Amino acid sequence: MTTTVPAPRTTGERGAPLADVGRDEASLRRFLHGLPGVDQVGLERRSATLATRSIKADSKMRAIDMAVSMIDLTTLEGADTPGKVRSLCAQAMRPDPEYPDVPAVAAVCVYPDLAGVAVERLAGSSVGVAAVATAFPSGRSSLAVKLADTALAVDAGASEIDMVIDRGAFLTGNYGLVYDEIVAVKQACGPAHLKVILETGELAGYDDVRRASWLALLAGADVIKTSTGKISPAATLPVVQLMLLAVRDWHRLTGEHRGVKAAGGIRSAKDAIKHLVAVNEVAGPDWLTPALFRFGASSLLNDLLRQRRTQLEGHYVGASYIGSA
Amino acid sequence: MEPWTYSPARENAALANLQPSYRPFVDGRFVDGDGEPLKTVNPATEEVLAEVGTASTSDVDRAVAAARRAFETTWGPMPGAERAKYLFRIARIVAERSRELAVLETLDNGKPIRESRDVDVPTAAAHLFHHAGWADKLGHAGYGPGVGGNGPPPLGVVGAVIPWNFPLLMAVWKIAPALAAGNTIVLKPAETTPLTALVLAQIAAEAGLPAGVLNVLPGAGDIGSALVGHDGLDKVAFTGSTDVGKEIQRRLAGTGRRLTLELGGKAANIVYDDAALDQAVEGVVDGIFFNQGHVCCAGSRLLVQESIAEEFGELLHARVTTLRVGDPLDKNTDVGAINSRAQLDRIVDLAAAGDSEGAQRWTSPCPLPEKGLFFPPTVFSGVEQTMRVAREEIFGPVLSVLTFRTPDEAVAKANNTPYGLSAGVWTDKGSKAMWTAQRLRAGVVWTNTFNKFDPTSPFGGYAESGFGREGGRIGLGAYLDA
Repeated sequence: MTTTVPAPRTTGERGAPLADVGRDEASLRRFLHGLPGVDQVGLERRSATLATRSIKADSKMRAIDMAVSMIDLTTLEGADTPGKVRSLCAQAMRPDPEYPDVPAVAAVCVYPDLAGVAVERLAGSSVGVAAVATAFPSGRSSLAVKLADTALAVDAGASEIDMVIDRGAFLTGNYGLVYDEIVAVKQACGPAHLKVILETGELAGYDDVRRASWLALLAGADVIKTSTGKISPAATLPVVQLMLLAVRDWHRLTGEHRGVKAAGGIRSAKDAIKHLVAVNEVAGPDWLTPALFRFGASSLLNDLLRQRRTQLEGHYVGASYIGSA
Repeated sequence: MEPWTYSPARENAALANLQPSYRPFVDGRFVDGDGEPLKTVNPATEEVLAEVGTASTSDVDRAVAAARRAFETTWGPMPGAERAKYLFRIARIVAERSRELAVLETLDNGKPIRESRDVDVPTAAAHLFHHAGWADKLGHAGYGPGVGGNGPPPLGVVGAVIPWNFPLLMAVWKIAPALAAGNTIVLKPAETTPLTALVLAQIAAEAGLPAGVLNVLPGAGDIGSALVGHDGLDKVAFTGSTDVGKEIQRRLAGTGRRLTLELGGKAANIVYDDAALDQAVEGVVDGIFFNQGHVCCAGSRLLVQESIAEEFGELLHARVTTLRVGDPLDKNTDVGAINSRAQLDRIVDLAAAGDSEGAQRWTSPCPLPEKGLFFPPTVFSGVEQTMRVAREEIFGPVLSVLTFRTPDEAVAKANNTPYGLSAGVWTDKGSKAMWTAQRLRAGVVWTNTFNKFDPTSPFGGYAESGFGREGGRIGLGAYLDA
């Protein structure tokens, strides 16, 4: 009797202690279904308690600036034009020209065909260019098309790629396919950072969110991201909490820091600060950096700027007083 | 860069509307008690909050007589639907004045404002609303239709003595069912936390509650003793220590007076290896560190399956490290002040016994305030069944961790205590949760949660944790001549 040893599906040195989990479908399934369950009531109760934290005064100013620096300022519309993208880039680099001490956002997030426009406009700044790829937002296409989509963005100079997982494959239990796609896209990214969108609003509950998080981490995701922003619910505090637990556990097991991106549905400074509290208390203060936590948002920035001015000027500032891309 | 810290977010202490002095409430009026006034102290600062007039034994006589008169002339004969109106009114005022009550409770007790605001006061209001709804439906409470379909008659005059850990909530747990069922009541709040019960009396007066229906007598243990031994009572309801409970039971034996006792506990939280671990950690932390562990049903013994003990311990310590200990009025405080010097001494003593008996002490590295009565969250591992930290109620933020190998062993260890108030079971497997819950000798068994209270759900203990139930349809039975 001969034994065939499957080719290892490792991602090199990264995640070394868990490197052989992805070697085949059965191993992946055993691992993902062996993860501890998630209790909905307990998870949501913890989120509700985190949301009661009262962030005032200096800590609020600091939170607002942190949140600004963690934003992937996003426009993902069929109607996007080079002009729209350029105007977004201008705000990304200098969110509030009246207050030059406001930090720049982390990145601008666009469709792949407009990545080049953003790269050009942001040249020389600290702001990254993130491009959604892999047949965003549905992910319904062939691997070849997804890789070509990724290459289009990378070739245009995108420094970050936001891919979507194949939710259909995930929901039918075809974990190997999802894993292989992430590995292939990661390879196509080259030096660009890979964020893997789980689209948690399409998954079957919190146990699935945990499994999808681990699947993406095992396959080499630099960041796990909640949503495309095209499906509701998008980022919720319990879902983000759960993903923060996944990167915390990944760090405990491997010593590596991986990131989380909360995308979609976070529009107010108040909501953003609740998420920062969760980052601080669930994953830990190490994750309070744009390298490890991001907000995917379009309207959030303006509310943060209004709240920031309110803190400084002592009264609320109308939306029309803030330049908006 | 400097780490992100939370700036102080202090609730406004002036909301408590603190008065320089408070007085006993007897027969519908605040009166000068004949006892020596006491000074109630804020345990977070050890500063005096107010002077409180106390009752003497003759005040106890007067209060019991007033309650008897009210029972015979106004409250007893009143139709349930009318009684309900008063209770609904009191419930509404409690809800309306919730911020004032929460701040006052935090000042007097030392518990975090987050808990008094989100748990104590809303739960107290919920109990009042719930029982107000029962007042005209007692014929449908499962104790028979009674005369005219109004259910069994009330007992008469109730004497109630309550502890300092949930001063307002425990007062309401006694008052609401007693009054809904048609009884009148004389309540003695704890010596160290009399304020919210006296404000509740003022709320009752504001609601127009007839004189004598509710009487509140601040005082020390001697007044509690005079009250529970009073021969003008028809029923005694006591929440407090097992030793005092036993003494009360001895005194009431043969008198024909009804008695319910809600006493101490040493609850086990059983965590199986198939539990939702992160949420189990949350539940275990809430189970023992909620209200500084001053909870009779606190999950003070963690029983964790050996196969996950190490990982669980690591997660537990990491989580406990994030608990913020400090100023109870700060909205971001998770663990507040120990209620009294005497209680702090007891916690220190029992923790020292843990050290000397060979358990391994782990203390949260959280900073503690420089003044006031505080004890850091503490976890003892390597605890054995025979140690004092596994057997005695510490009533503080101290968790004892034991391990087990099989479900049978878990149940045996959980039941190996003279107490039996509450228990917790953590598993993702429903059949295992049911199997375990059926075998635990505890009045309340929470599955995949802990410290959940609801007015519809009865609460009470086995063995040295007392008898009788509070809350829900079953709790009403303790106040009816059924």
